[in-house]
Amino acid sequence: MNDQLSLLSDNVEKPERKVLTVTELTKRIKQTLETGFSSVTIEGEISNFKFHSSGHMYFALKDSGATISAVIWRSRVPFLSFTPEDGMKVVATGRITVYEIRGNYQIDITSMRPVGAGELQLAFEKLKRKLAAEGLFDEEHKKPLPEFPEQIGIVTSETGAALQDMLHILRRRFPAVEVILYPVRVQGARAGEEIARAINDFNKFGKIDVMIVGRGGGSLEDLWAFNEEVVARAIYKSKIPIISAVGHEIDFTIADFVSDLRAPTPSAAAELVVRDRFALLDIVRNNWYHISENVQNVVSYRKERIRNLLKSYSFNRPIDLLRQYNQRVDELERSMTAVVSHRFSMLNGQSESLRHQLIALDPHMVLRRGYTIVRKDGRVVGSCTSLKSSDEIEITFHDGKLSSKVS
Amino acid sequence: MSSSKREKDSKHTFEQSLKRLEQIVEELEQGEVPLDDALKMYEEGIELSKACVEKLTQAELRLKKLSKDMEGSFHLIEEDEEPKTEE
Repeated sequence: MNDQLSLLSDNVEKPERKVLTVTELTKRIKQTLETGFSSVTIEGEISNFKFHSSGHMYFALKDSGATISAVIWRSRVPFLSFTPEDGMKVVATGRITVYEIRGNYQIDITSMRPVGAGELQLAFEKLKRKLAAEGLFDEEHKKPLPEFPEQIGIVTSETGAALQDMLHILRRRFPAVEVILYPVRVQGARAGEEIARAINDFNKFGKIDVMIVGRGGGSLEDLWAFNEEVVARAIYKSKIPIISAVGHEIDFTIADFVSDLRAPTPSAAAELVVRDRFALLDIVRNNWYHISENVQNVVSYRKERIRNLLKSYSFNRPIDLLRQYNQRVDELERSMTAVVSHRFSMLNGQSESLRHQLIALDPHMVLRRGYTIVRKDGRVVGSCTSLKSSDEIEITFHDGKLSSKVS
Repeated sequence: MSSSKREKDSKHTFEQSLKRLEQIVEELEQGEVPLDDALKMYEEGIELSKACVEKLTQAELRLKKLSKDMEGSFHLIEEDEEPKTEE
């Protein structure tokens, strides 16, 4: 008030008014505003929110009486703990800048937070009601988890403690798995989008059996990405079962309601996704024990049966029969020998008489009785008429031969 | 599921091995198994138990990172180093 009055009186006193160019005036306004409002904190409602492709955010902050243009430059966007939306009440800190060409002023916001947890809670409840009505939380849509996953996808921050907690538990419980990490930012304005993209990409990639999506504990603002619609829709659309693992036991997020299983913490998710190998070892041992027990029973049962068979009449009967057969064979053999030897003696007798006949026919025996054989030129002479005087002849006696001449 | 596509070539998955073990127990307990079959089951049981125990006691967790190139195809990057723990 006083300033304005003194300005007025200055003007009155000075007869000569300095004419300013638009540029000069704007420069003065800019100077006044930018030095006078170099750091302000205001409360208002977001409207006309635009997330430009350049990465800057443009919107207006308003209350019932006024509106001010607002901008969040790309470099500051990552420091936001939530994605601004129209209608959200926020407290923003920044400085006033003047855009000379357009003669506009705006607030260049360096930090912004939603007004109180109440406001976020409201947004949360609103989205929850909406998605519930659409059936995103329905039990029948929930997919069963694999009993023994071999490939486990994890969507979380690469540097967060949550990842290390999960790996630690997986190594202890069931290390025979492949863990495939899809690193994402888990807080800040882009986090929701990144998480949703990771879920979609894992589905395109395909080669995992189950997915854990989560982060460690934090404030409601820190966990906000898991309350975003884009994440909820990605989880709902996923063909791969998803375990949500956000914050602590008391934190419930939209992601928890849509996911196929909610784990109270990332560590709990790792416990839920694989079975304990020591319990499994017991199961394997137990199965093996049953197998060997049963097979031993089968074998000893067979042995027992064989033993009983050996003792039984029916098994011994064949032996009796066999003995009888043996006896019969012995008898047959004996009678056969008898037959054969008889036949031999018969043959022997026959040959003896033949021998006698042969002996009787032997010409030498005749010669022994004083007969001779006369041969002429090697041929037996049967008649005296076949010889003439002075023929050379050979006479065979029983004990030798001599030559002579027919006289 | 996707697991059936992989690591199928030579070895059974843990799940398949365990299921088969349980199946053998069931068959044996249902009684009257011919001796030959029982002995075959015994041998198979030894192999399966061995495979299961090995998997449970000897396997090491493999950590990989999924990355997407500009054409949109995926690659797995080995994370050979034990990542540092923040404690």
